[in-house]
Amino acid sequence: MALQAIAFYLMAAVTLGSGLAVVSARNPVHSVLFLIAAFFSAAGLFVLLGAEFLAMLLVVVYVGAVAVLFLFVVMMLDVDFAQLRQGFARYMPLGGLIAGGLAIEMVVVSTTVATRGAARLNETPMARGAGAADAMSNAEAIGRVLYTNYVYFFQAAGMVLLVAMIGAIVLTLRHKPGVKRQVIMDQVLRNPATGMRMVSPKPGEGVEP
Amino acid sequence: MTIGLAHYLAVAAILFTIGVFGIFVNRKNIIVILMSVELILLAVNINLVAFSSYLGNVTGQIFAMFVLTVAAAEAAVGLAILVTFFRNRGDIAVDDVSMMKG
Repeated sequence: MALQAIAFYLMAAVTLGSGLAVVSARNPVHSVLFLIAAFFSAAGLFVLLGAEFLAMLLVVVYVGAVAVLFLFVVMMLDVDFAQLRQGFARYMPLGGLIAGGLAIEMVVVSTTVATRGAARLNETPMARGAGAADAMSNAEAIGRVLYTNYVYFFQAAGMVLLVAMIGAIVLTLRHKPGVKRQVIMDQVLRNPATGMRMVSPKPGEGVEP
Repeated sequence: MTIGLAHYLAVAAILFTIGVFGIFVNRKNIIVILMSVELILLAVNINLVAFSSYLGNVTGQIFAMFVLTVAAAEAAVGLAILVTFFRNRGDIAVDDVSMMKG
């Protein structure tokens, strides 16, 4: 149990420290790297809670896809980031005040909920979720509920991803002028009459293109 | 000492406020704003998974998965808009985004 507490405090500290570094780092590339660290340690917290499937999903989806996407964009855009940091010191006091107030409120409310709500019955996390009695794995427990009770939501999530993918492609696609592209219609409609020309060049003159 | 639900909720609350703080102080840098939104959604996910685990109900993890899906879609579309904006303006200062106001 002590080992679990040490692991929790370590991962929570790394998550919060990396989160703070994300918003305060000077260089956006460092911000993205700290974001990756935050996601990794949050995945560790998920493992401690017994949600192994979501932990691996977090590592694969966030660290593997979203963070790398951020890294691509940060490195692709040639922006003067020092200029973008101008308002940092100005908004710091007000932002810190509001964030501190919000943090105190949320911590008080959440600890109250944790000690008085329905969750107070369980002192320790139920490591296997709903399937504890059947010795089901976490992934199997999620699959049993996801593909039965929430199958339409699952399909809707797929639609969201499809629309996002199409939207991202449409937004970033551009036609450069002066680039020769393949026109399938012209190729299909081509016949010997239009595709061939008989010439008889005189010596020394060559042929027009 | 045992790690209870309150510990996880406190971590999620602090992470959420770090995200809000990031949006406040990085008002001009839209990339860091998007990263702050990711932090906020991560805090929500920690809340959902913690409740799911301590209540012994797997539904919270399924909702965390949906939040993950929406966060990934949001990041993709947001960064695509950012790239298009940068192509048109040569800069990503958020102050200039109101040019389409008419």
